[in-house]
Amino acid sequence: MAIAKTLGIETEYGIVHRGTDEPNPITASSLLINAFLASEGYRPDTRSDVIAWDFIDEHPDIDARGFSPMGAMAPEVETHLVNAVLRNGARYYVDHAHPEMSTPECADPLSVVRYDRAGELIIQRSMAAANDLLPAGQELVLYKNNSDGKGNSYGTHENYLVSRDTPFGEIVRHCTAHFITRQIFTGAGKVGAELPGQRTDEVHYQLTQRADFFEEEVGLETTLKRPIINTRDEPHADARKYRRLHVIVGDANPSQVATFLKVGTTALVLALVEDGAIPTEFLFKAPVTSLRHVSHDLSLREALPLADGSTVTALEVQWELFDLARKHAEDHGFEALGGAWVPEVLRRWELVLTGLERDPMELADQLDWVAKYRLLDGYRERHGLSWSDARVRALDIQYTDMRPERGLAWRVGLEQLIDDDDAAAAIGVPPSDTRAYFRGRCVRDFPDAVVAANWDSIVFDVGGEALRRVPMMEPMRGTEAHVGTLFDESDSAAELLRRLGN
Amino acid sequence: MAEREQVPKPTSERDSDTEETPAASERGAELKAELDDLLDEIDEVLETNAEDFVKSYIQKGGQ
Repeated sequence: MAIAKTLGIETEYGIVHRGTDEPNPITASSLLINAFLASEGYRPDTRSDVIAWDFIDEHPDIDARGFSPMGAMAPEVETHLVNAVLRNGARYYVDHAHPEMSTPECADPLSVVRYDRAGELIIQRSMAAANDLLPAGQELVLYKNNSDGKGNSYGTHENYLVSRDTPFGEIVRHCTAHFITRQIFTGAGKVGAELPGQRTDEVHYQLTQRADFFEEEVGLETTLKRPIINTRDEPHADARKYRRLHVIVGDANPSQVATFLKVGTTALVLALVEDGAIPTEFLFKAPVTSLRHVSHDLSLREALPLADGSTVTALEVQWELFDLARKHAEDHGFEALGGAWVPEVLRRWELVLTGLERDPMELADQLDWVAKYRLLDGYRERHGLSWSDARVRALDIQYTDMRPERGLAWRVGLEQLIDDDDAAAAIGVPPSDTRAYFRGRCVRDFPDAVVAANWDSIVFDVGGEALRRVPMMEPMRGTEAHVGTLFDESDSAAELLRRLGN
Repeated sequence: MAEREQVPKPTSERDSDTEETPAASERGAELKAELDDLLDEIDEVLETNAEDFVKSYIQKGGQ
């Protein structure tokens, strides 16, 4: 049976410092995050400004294939920039000249949506706090997109815990087919194309932000020659039992339905792979080309060549994966695929595929690429503009403007799965059902004793001679059910550690 | 003259019932009205100098 899927999303936001002649995105990102931390009463400290991220267990250079190809570039871990652990168990930091928000570990796709939305609200609070500190006439504005329209991309990554027993080659085969074809509902939409050598006006509008930036099928890189399957083998958990599949091929989605389906369907496909329940092999002849073609094909009808000489459409692959998941759930129960959240993912998956098949425009309240297309096309028609007009391109960027009064994505009528009161509460409270609970409660209850934290451990200073590290190698332990009472009954971190038997 | 992007209405082998349900068309009309309202207001939101805004929106590459 497939293992429980611990899930999460990392989002690098676009950042603009308005009203200055010398914008520096790294300084601006630091200011943004520090302003948030100060305004929310996070601990100022002489060792560092806040509870620091602990890099001792970060190994982004380990390759899931078990070897490092010549010339492969491991991403660098930047340790000198702002890097905070939040009360909800999230990580908020500066990465590659962008502010980045990693959700806490979540146990189901709706929880991911909740913490992704909480992340958006944190960004909004951060902008407000930073702008209070900036001179009059200056402003930080954030964008939840993945491209500047000029060939520069920044990522939104998903993470899935999978069993170490699953051969990586199986994951590569089946996930490649899923990633190429899921774009029909995960895409956030983009005006034009950014392929080297291609005129940007050859593609008026495409399904995704990211497809143009992928050049390889499988690899370790994340910033250059990006691969459809990223092989970073850094489980942040017991490496004998688990892998973490690090998915770099998705878009940032303002649409909660798109986020829910992006994470939910991928978790289902991985569960099917773990159970050996995908008999169909969609081996693409040219995966990178097909990835781009799907993104550029608004009809969703393009025949994609398979290695065996036949062809398939993106919708056909998605229907096949959906049918396999539904059948597996019928035969073995929802638990076999992940639990109580499975039926809702299957229901929405079917609804969206049905809508895409009939008329994608029906899904204007569900999917980003459709909502954005209708908005931009409506504006174009009204004013008689071409797709390459600057006003249309401006609206494309402004779709993800994080200022509440400006961001068009939050005004086009997209269905909300998590209301804003629920998401606002999740700014300060971790998920109850993963180890993020332990991390978040430590940061909330004992901020003075926590020296550093990372995904799989927390370091305490409780006054003794040595610092104490508490490992958290099991992502589904340290939950409220496991340790909630311990926190309630402990007056100090020292007592908590004593009762944990550490 | 604005060019018109065609989004073909796909036909379905799988879906025999292609007629819109009343609920779907109601929601469609609602969405159309919401879109019209937003298009009425959008010039207040649109960056005042769209060309400069688009040109100056430059990001450093990330992951």
